[in-house]
Amino acid sequence: MNRIEIEQLTKFYGERQVLDAVDLNIAPHEVVCLIGASGSGKSTLLRCINGLTEFDEGTVRLDGVDIYDESFGRTGLYKRVGIVFQAYNLFPHMSVLENITLAPIRVHGRDRREAEAAGLKLLQLFGLGQYARAYPEQLSGGQQQRVAIVRSLATEPDVLLLDEVTAALDPELIGEVLKIIRDLKTSGMTMVIVTHEMGFARDVADRVCFLDGGRIVEQGEPHRLFSKPENPRTQKFLERIIAAGRLEASV
Amino acid sequence: MTRRPGKGRRQIALKDRLAPVLISLVSVVVVFGAIAFFVGSAEQWPRIQNQFFSVEAMLEAAPGVARGFLVSLQIWLISLVCIGIWALVLAIFRAMSGPWFAPLRVFAIVYVDLFRGLPALLLVLLFGFGIPALNLPGLPKEGLFWGGVALILSYSAYATEVYRSGIEAVHEGQGMAAKALGLTQWQTLRYAILPQALRNVVPAMLNLVVALQKDVALLSVLGVRDAVREAQIYTARTFNYSSLVVAAILFLLATIPLARLTDHLQRRDRQRRLQGAK
Repeated sequence: MNRIEIEQLTKFYGERQVLDAVDLNIAPHEVVCLIGASGSGKSTLLRCINGLTEFDEGTVRLDGVDIYDESFGRTGLYKRVGIVFQAYNLFPHMSVLENITLAPIRVHGRDRREAEAAGLKLLQLFGLGQYARAYPEQLSGGQQQRVAIVRSLATEPDVLLLDEVTAALDPELIGEVLKIIRDLKTSGMTMVIVTHEMGFARDVADRVCFLDGGRIVEQGEPHRLFSKPENPRTQKFLERIIAAGRLEASV
Repeated sequence: MTRRPGKGRRQIALKDRLAPVLISLVSVVVVFGAIAFFVGSAEQWPRIQNQFFSVEAMLEAAPGVARGFLVSLQIWLISLVCIGIWALVLAIFRAMSGPWFAPLRVFAIVYVDLFRGLPALLLVLLFGFGIPALNLPGLPKEGLFWGGVALILSYSAYATEVYRSGIEAVHEGQGMAAKALGLTQWQTLRYAILPQALRNVVPAMLNLVVALQKDVALLSVLGVRDAVREAQIYTARTFNYSSLVVAAILFLLATIPLARLTDHLQRRDRQRRLQGAK
């Protein structure tokens, strides 16, 4: 059974159609990267998966259950599907540890001491233990984004959605964030990743989907898709990426 | 070579620090000295000085005006608390989205339009003279009470807008992150948005706090014996206006430290956040 099943997903922003009957299945422990130009619908598709953006037609199912099914309750879906944003969106008035324990304590009713112990352990696991009492603005962009990832992991989700998480970072800080994502893949996390880091997508993804005009135009195993794209639009997109120096030309 | 912290550098820093202070002191003295000289050269000045700045009259009027000022302060503080809470409630009404909260949202919008559109003095007169005249059983009849209510209702409209601007200034990503973590709309406001919004609005709110402190004087039209009223009573009795100057000094003594205090609080808050790391 697929962990995530997306069927005929359609979304309009006013008159403009951003998603056009998208079908996509994601297996447990699979890592899927969504690539494509700006405005191709990647981020919108990602945000439909955890109900952050409402869609007009189609269904999204998590382990066979519609994400709007009452059995999820109000918070069940958010607990099982975590999301990390491009702009980190950490709460600036809370310390790192407070950021991480907010949802476990307030949403999932965990005991404060227990949640803090779990949060500290998680921070240490990702090499951020010494920043538990720091505030977000004292950290580098890369550290903030790592904290944001830890925050979304604190509710122990089954699926993690990553929305251009390295796009706002200085080049020298991207590596530390990508390393965490690789570690998560090793640990078996199911992930859907929107990214402009083509080299990273090629290395980490089990499958890459190229979106254009609100549709998945081409998808497949990353080395195949990047070296022998079949669809002319994929070819054109990748040519532009290679010309911009964002992906070394494939041999 | 060892690097010295540099005696010379510190001397320059001291000079750099002192020079602007000296320049501002000198310019203040020059400007106000010129004004004082100009005013003092007026033919009528001795008479005016006696009527407005007579130390003897000031000392005589001070106890009464000070007593009135205490009344002003009490009205001011109680009103502040009520405005702070009531305006926050209204701002939260406006910030809630979804059909369930539509009536509350509409209420807040109509409220702000209505009370911001009416002069505070008019409200004070309407409430202070009108409601006690209704003679409704179970309601207080003092003009002081209803005048205070009018001030609270009027200022809450402005304060609601200040809160609202603070809420809207918080980046939308904050709300999205909170929602994605599963927080309810209320929890999102309570834990993510409002703490940032309240910090944002401190300077704008302080303007209202100071403005209200002065507008408490409006209640004097209802016969409330506040600082202005007491000063007027003295003036009516002696034909000397120095009591008004006493009231003015008292108002300044209350508002200026307030501004400094807010500056200090904001600075401390910022330092706390910058020093959090070990």
